[in-house]
Amino acid sequence: MHRAPRSRSRAGSWAPRNGHLFVLPYLLLLLLFGAGPVLYSVYLAFTDGDGRFAGVSNFTQTAGDFRFVPAVTHVAAFVLIWLVSLTVFVVLLALVVHRVVSRRSRTALRFAYFVPGALAGASSVMLWLFLLDPSVSPVSSLLHQLGYDKFTDVIAPGHLPSIFALVAFWTGAGGWILVLYGALNTISTEVVEAAKVDGAGPIRTAVSIELPMIRKWIVYMLILSFAAGTQLFVEPQLVSQASFGIVPNDYSVNQLAYQYAFTQNNFNGSAALSVGLLLVSVICASVFVARGRLFETD
Amino acid sequence: MKDSRVIRTGRWRRGAAVAALVVAPLLLAACGSSSDNAKPAAAAKGPYGFQTEAQDASAPITVWVDSTRLAAAQAFQKAFPNVKIKIENYDGNANGSNTFKTKMALFDKAGSGWPDVTFTTDNNSASWGSADGTGSLAPLDKGLVPAATLDGFAKGAMDVCSINGTVYCLRNDLAQNVLWYNKKLMDEFGYPVPTTWEEYEALADKVATEHPGYLVGTAGDAWAPEIYMWAAECPANKVTGATSITVDTSDPNCVKAAKLLDKTIANKTMSTLSLFGPEFVKNQGAKVLLLPGPSWYGGAVFQGTIKTPKGEIAVAPALHWADQNPPSTGNVGGGTWWISSHSKNLKAARDFAVWVTTADAYQVDLAPGFPAYSAAAAKWLAKQQASGYWANDISAPIIAAAGQVWPGWGSAAFSQEAIWAKVVQAGMAKGDSVESLLPAWQKEIENQAQVNGYKVN
Repeated sequence: MHRAPRSRSRAGSWAPRNGHLFVLPYLLLLLLFGAGPVLYSVYLAFTDGDGRFAGVSNFTQTAGDFRFVPAVTHVAAFVLIWLVSLTVFVVLLALVVHRVVSRRSRTALRFAYFVPGALAGASSVMLWLFLLDPSVSPVSSLLHQLGYDKFTDVIAPGHLPSIFALVAFWTGAGGWILVLYGALNTISTEVVEAAKVDGAGPIRTAVSIELPMIRKWIVYMLILSFAAGTQLFVEPQLVSQASFGIVPNDYSVNQLAYQYAFTQNNFNGSAALSVGLLLVSVICASVFVARGRLFETD
Repeated sequence: MKDSRVIRTGRWRRGAAVAALVVAPLLLAACGSSSDNAKPAAAAKGPYGFQTEAQDASAPITVWVDSTRLAAAQAFQKAFPNVKIKIENYDGNANGSNTFKTKMALFDKAGSGWPDVTFTTDNNSASWGSADGTGSLAPLDKGLVPAATLDGFAKGAMDVCSINGTVYCLRNDLAQNVLWYNKKLMDEFGYPVPTTWEEYEALADKVATEHPGYLVGTAGDAWAPEIYMWAAECPANKVTGATSITVDTSDPNCVKAAKLLDKTIANKTMSTLSLFGPEFVKNQGAKVLLLPGPSWYGGAVFQGTIKTPKGEIAVAPALHWADQNPPSTGNVGGGTWWISSHSKNLKAARDFAVWVTTADAYQVDLAPGFPAYSAAAAKWLAKQQASGYWANDISAPIIAAAGQVWPGWGSAAFSQEAIWAKVVQAGMAKGDSVESLLPAWQKEIENQAQVNGYKVN
């Protein structure tokens, strides 16, 4: 969905000129709105308010902030729950769609998975806020049965990582199901036929044939989801406003960075937090890439 | 949102990009100029006591208002069609949103874009806006606004606007706490109106057994401490200087207020729902017997949100603790108007701010809250009374309470409301007592004070 698979970049792919022309606008935008701001924040992270070199003092200051450790803990809990559920359910659902024989129901399922992803992040969070508020929720009887009579019962601190994971899964998983479904389609039918002839059932085929063959796509999903997950912001920010501040506005690391920039007017500390997040993402991505052998060509 | 993040971060995996990240800051540091807001030494101060931009009497002014104050800006536009004014709607900085400060920090960074006049509902802006570099709000009592105008505001009205004796804003409305009550229900139940918090507590016990379900107050909003703790003279927010504060939530005054809350919450006469949330209106709106709270509850809560019928709601003098002499009450918000020192048309900005706070055409005819400008306040009360909505004469208790607001609760640069919500309300939602949360409240205030540059004594 997002890009052509990596394995295609073999010798010779440098030849067509038109290709470069097509990439150019994207490259310009990437430099302007991707690389540029990143470089600027790295500059900010190592300087003080007057532009003097500040060493790592911005990093030590933000790491020593009383809100830092809780924020990191919150994000870690969320990312863990989200990545595990994402991997398990997305793979399962992709396998299910792939197994559906009827072409019409397959199309319907693919469309259904994709719809929630079409809602922009903030609006889907708003939708969930209504769903989770017992006084206005269409499933309020279910919430009451679970013992939640007030909105504040539902958004108790212990529930939040799971709630955010639920929202993120609902909005983001559909696209990934389609990506993995596409990956499953690339597996040659001969291989699957051969497995069948050898007596492999659907489960054995899935575990021994299909999963190893789509491993790269799963790793790819994990890398991007990890990077997105550590940047948790919209969900807690909106829940904070909806709960009139009971969920604090410094729940996640990204929110803390926002607080640094805009309520403490400390853009340098904010940049230090953001650069820290970037480093964590880069390190984890490197591990995933190495372990998942993402760049190996078959 | 997710997808754009996904795509963007996906590119960072490339080793080349990572290498660039390491080299680039050095390059930037070498050629980058100081982008920060260090102001030139205040050499030439203008006629208003601060350094002004080049003035242009025909320059349009930009004003930021919340949805309630939109009427003020529109009324001004109608009264002065020749003044070019651009009205922008924003959240009014309500509920600790910090929008005003957030945007000003961005404009400071960009070096342009400041609104000329801004309305806020919070009381935290003077402390950061008076500092050079963050917002740089204009001092008003150094020549910009005539002393005669400033003197026309109620005593103490400008306390939230003042830092080290300099006034940085014009107060829109006062928000002193009084005791709202449903006279029809109180008469029906045969209860006398309490005058002290001790009597209030005793009455709550009676209500709990005789008329369960009815409420004597609410503590579900972030400003609950400004009603119960402030009135008890709890020293949780004693701002002692521009950047110093003392906090002691273990003080007996805080403990007695916490115990009162715990007891009334336990016997279910104190609601823990937000007054403006959907649950309260739906389930408890018709059950309000007593409601200690600010003067603006009359319009905003009874007429606006829960829509109590005409002729039922009355006002009694603010509750006080029996041992208090003189009696003290709290204050919840009360709007303020700020002028930016960066304005290119200070005269028009000044005229706007003075007009919306003092003119009858807004403060008497349209304003929902008790005007801070005394002449307008008297007329506003008379008009309220004439409306026939109230079940008694509301002016005497409201005027009396205006002079009883305890001055020991300050306005720091950070939001006490956000702290209360984060620590105490979150704890209450888990079932913890307010008294048991006092140490956590103390810790959070100290922490917030420190990261905002305050010295905690």
